[in-house]
Amino acid sequence: MTINISTTSSKPALVLEARGLCCVRGERELFTNLHLRVVSGNCLHVRGENGVGKTSLLRLLTGLSKPDSGEVLWGDQSITLDPIAYHRELLFLGHRDALKEDLTALENLQMYAALDDVSLSLEKAMATLLRFGLRGRENLPVNFLSAGQKRRVLMARMLTRQAKLWILDEPFNALDIQAVEELQNLISEHLSMGGLVVLTSHQEVSIPNVQVLEL
Amino acid sequence: MKALLAIIHRDLLLVMRRKSEVLTALFFFVVVTSLFPLGIGADAALLRKIAPGVIWVAALLSTLLGLHRMFAADYQDGALEQLVLAPRPMVLLVTGKIIAHWIVCGLPLVLLAPVIGIQFDLDVSSLYVLMATLLLGTPVLSLLGSIGAALTLGVRGGSVLMSLLILPLYIPVLIFGAGAVYANSIGLDSSGHFSLLGALLVLALAFVPWVSAAAVKIAIE
Amino acid sequence: MNQENNYTFSNNRLVSWFSLSSPSTFYPVAGKLIPIFWALTAVFGLAGLWVSFFVAPVDAVQGQGYRIIFIHVPASWMSMFIYLVMAAWAGLGLVFNTRLSAMMAQALAPVGAWMAFLSLWTGALWGKPMWGAWWVWDARLTSELILLFLYLGFIALQASIDNRRRADKAGAILALVGVVNVPIIYFSVKWWNTLHQGASVSLTKAPAMAQTMLWGMLLMALCFWMYSIAVGLMRVRAIILEREAHTDWVRQLSEVKS
Repeated sequence: MTINISTTSSKPALVLEARGLCCVRGERELFTNLHLRVVSGNCLHVRGENGVGKTSLLRLLTGLSKPDSGEVLWGDQSITLDPIAYHRELLFLGHRDALKEDLTALENLQMYAALDDVSLSLEKAMATLLRFGLRGRENLPVNFLSAGQKRRVLMARMLTRQAKLWILDEPFNALDIQAVEELQNLISEHLSMGGLVVLTSHQEVSIPNVQVLEL
Repeated sequence: MKALLAIIHRDLLLVMRRKSEVLTALFFFVVVTSLFPLGIGADAALLRKIAPGVIWVAALLSTLLGLHRMFAADYQDGALEQLVLAPRPMVLLVTGKIIAHWIVCGLPLVLLAPVIGIQFDLDVSSLYVLMATLLLGTPVLSLLGSIGAALTLGVRGGSVLMSLLILPLYIPVLIFGAGAVYANSIGLDSSGHFSLLGALLVLALAFVPWVSAAAVKIAIE
Repeated sequence: MNQENNYTFSNNRLVSWFSLSSPSTFYPVAGKLIPIFWALTAVFGLAGLWVSFFVAPVDAVQGQGYRIIFIHVPASWMSMFIYLVMAAWAGLGLVFNTRLSAMMAQALAPVGAWMAFLSLWTGALWGKPMWGAWWVWDARLTSELILLFLYLGFIALQASIDNRRRADKAGAILALVGVVNVPIIYFSVKWWNTLHQGASVSLTKAPAMAQTMLWGMLLMALCFWMYSIAVGLMRVRAIILEREAHTDWVRQLSEVKS
């Protein structure tokens, strides 16, 4: 299975590639000999039924799990050679929010910035939270936010993280229409600045430069 | 270094928001040590003899109680994945978590132990020795405990299993720690015990963070 | 041309050795080896028991009852040896990511645990008539007890993790940590024992060994070793069947088809 995505315009600066990926979960072989290639400015939409291996594929791309065979390459280099450098350019959002419920939205952003080695001034953090409609809520423990608002905090993190590659697992889950649109805008913005996105979703996504991978 | 401070700051901040969890472990320490005189009898000579062992065992059990906090909460809400994916050496992050755990669980025991020691009629020099052994020993408990905590992440019956895994590893610390206090209380030299405790601490610091980091990555897979 | 041939020849030998690390090739090989080891167990066992009961002299102090030492000591030796082997297999499985090595470790754990239990039990049976106590807190017995806990922890950990590969790797880490700790624990327990000077008689203070006694223990140790290998191989075959049940070669096996 091979998917090739490329832009006709400028030379692609960043490439995420997978060669011959094979994944076995328990006793089932989810997929074998999977190839994919994503370049700057492009978004890969991974589709398939529940249980077919979408999340497993995404986790293989992040390096959280190791494939039974095959390799994942970032910029023509295996991600296992320099994981820290790869992690610096990668943002992964899984099923769970990964927000600390007892901390406020602002504290969550600052905490992640410190851990992700990203400089984030207070003004920038506040401005980002404001952009996503969290004004007045930045000092509430995340516990008290609605599901949609929590997702907005995550969007703020996506923006402040400054990662080139976004790997998002079901990012549109449980979002209202307005939030879906905001997220799509955010992703389009990221792509237009040369970023890469890999995401899974049951719904259709209206984002430019999308290619679909059916598992 | 910045990573270490960042993770310690984060974990301590989280604890400050849920102080009750910490206090329950400390209360446990106090309650358990009080159970022994109630169960055995209040004869001062007997209490003085069993004090080192009782206080040390209670310290072990209290540490065990607090261990689940090291990784389990982060594992459940997905934050542990984010830590593994952070552009930082996992070893540093794990070390930071262990240090934060010790500050929250171990250090209070060191400070509280003399009070319990007085309840058991220990003499002043033994109290100092008790504090010193706990100061050296509780970091080892946090370090070794992190291995058990990481191995049993998300496993059914994890906390009981974790106790079964870690308690045998705690035995040398218990023997040298309690032994030092006992030796001191009967007038023997306890410096041998201290050197051994120190050696254990150095060994644990040198190897355990790598082991725990590997165990966390295995659990995350 | 010649060099090429040499290269492929040695490459073939390397490949054939590594092919043993695949469960499907190892399974029949193990099956053929098992009867051999049972035979060796019987041979060494008979020889050892004969020496223990008929050749070794009666002990001046302990009478006939001391003969349980011929079970107790080999059992403790084996329990420690098996732990090392188990940890080695688990470590290999972790480093080389081979399933079969991890399966060997999983197979050996209960055998080692049983040896440790046997050693403790026979130690108690020895202690009671000799010193009037079922249990003595001496260094060897206490370390043996802790070793049993380490075994049980390993077995429990593997049993509670559903994902087999994660269970293999987690168990491997635990076993390796255990191996490093066993000498530390033994040393600390000896230290503790000398400090507290509990029982005046220690099981470790064995009487001066007559040559024949040593021979008896060695033969019994060999017997237990062959037994452990035989049982270990049987267990690993069962584990292979269980874990590879979904593969074609297992479904083709005669014992599975029937």
